[in-house]
Amino acid sequence: MDLTLYVWRQAGPDAAGEMKRYEAQGMSPDMSFLEMLDVVNERLILEGEEPIVFEHDCREGICGACGMVINGVAHGPQRATTTCQLHMRQFNDGDTIYIEPWRSTAFPVLRDLMVDRSSFDRIIEAGGYVSVSTGSARDANEIPVPKADADSAMDAAACIGCGACVAACPNGAAQLFTSAKVAHLGLLPQGQPERLSRTRAMVAVMEDEAFGSCTNHRECEAVCPKQISVDYIARLNRDYLKAQLLDPNAK
Amino acid sequence: MSWIIGFFRSAMGKKAVMAVTGVMLFGFVLTHMVGNLKLYFGPEKINAYAEGLREIGAPLLSHGDALLIARLGLIAAVVLHIWAATSLTLVNRRARAQGYARKSPQAATYASRTMRYGGLIILAFVVYHLMHFTWGNVHGDFVPGDVYHNVVSGFQNPLISGFYILAQLALGLHLYHGLWSFMQTLGLNGPRLNALRQPFAATFTAIVVIGNISLPLSVLAGFVTLHG
Repeated sequence: MDLTLYVWRQAGPDAAGEMKRYEAQGMSPDMSFLEMLDVVNERLILEGEEPIVFEHDCREGICGACGMVINGVAHGPQRATTTCQLHMRQFNDGDTIYIEPWRSTAFPVLRDLMVDRSSFDRIIEAGGYVSVSTGSARDANEIPVPKADADSAMDAAACIGCGACVAACPNGAAQLFTSAKVAHLGLLPQGQPERLSRTRAMVAVMEDEAFGSCTNHRECEAVCPKQISVDYIARLNRDYLKAQLLDPNAK
Repeated sequence: MSWIIGFFRSAMGKKAVMAVTGVMLFGFVLTHMVGNLKLYFGPEKINAYAEGLREIGAPLLSHGDALLIARLGLIAAVVLHIWAATSLTLVNRRARAQGYARKSPQAATYASRTMRYGGLIILAFVVYHLMHFTWGNVHGDFVPGDVYHNVVSGFQNPLISGFYILAQLALGLHLYHGLWSFMQTLGLNGPRLNALRQPFAATFTAIVVIGNISLPLSVLAGFVTLHG
């Protein structure tokens, strides 16, 4: 496969960037998207150019590191798939591919396609954990959890924090991420004591970071590699209103 | 009480304000459309209806009180709705200071992407509509108190009717996104309700838009005339 790439190149956080054109020739349709970039980078290194910087780690779709916007879609054209699991057979010989970093004020570009997602870490630090004592290991099924809640908590916990939701959102909102993190704890018994205080704390940090506000476009859900549903956003909205208006612990 | 200020300052609080005021304005728009349909029952009916609006709440309220309260409530809803929208739009612009060279929407609808512009069109229409039928200062043949005459003679101008029809289509797009979006924002969801939210939005959008658009069309078609 011969491809024309337009890739965002930016030397550093404060440098001006630009889309730069590269010819990627002789690619195999069986390569992953990152392997295709690896081959381009090997050639760039041989030619004495700076390789394209992109973040990657597990390359098996579970770490959330490899985000990039491919032809205007976060993680590229295949649904429920991270960039590392995207294969070149999703493209055609002769295609032109635009590759850009996540565009979000809360995710500043560090270099080329690599962004700083520590704003997500700060949302987690505000309450993405259970800090009350939950006792020692229980016998199986000692604490009953309704099946629907257990399934829903598990679905929310599938979030890998890649940031595609923010990148795809026309408003740069982080509602899908935050709602998944609030829900996977708030749906389970151990998460109940801190459910509303957690919601208040995590939303407060989310709003302090430079994220936008949800307007229910559902773009996040469409690109999420883990198919997190916007139902969690409704749940976050409900818990937030409860935390503001009905929480006996909030004076 | 400082939490109230914090709530109004938070983006999620503002979204709740958008949703609640949006529901209020939807309630008005739906009621207004039903009232409009009185045009089909002739001058006496619709003129009596317009006058009767001033007697709502009697004997508890005096002549015109309910209308005044409704108007103040609507003004408050409009101001809060626009204030929240403006404030959130500015936040959202800052959140995506640098845009994409290529962006391909995957789920956003034409309705969801045009809420801001649709809102501005509706605002401009409401101002014109008040000047046209409430105050009468842009109406060439305005008779105070004769709603039937004002509406029919106004809609006999195809340009004015065309503008009303376009404004109703803009309102329809705004309602189509807003009428399910408010439930999402207020956390009204669940497997059963979710299946009903978009059909609800589509149904009530169609009811409001078709009901309203039928009036200028009926006048233009000669089905409704000045003589009733």
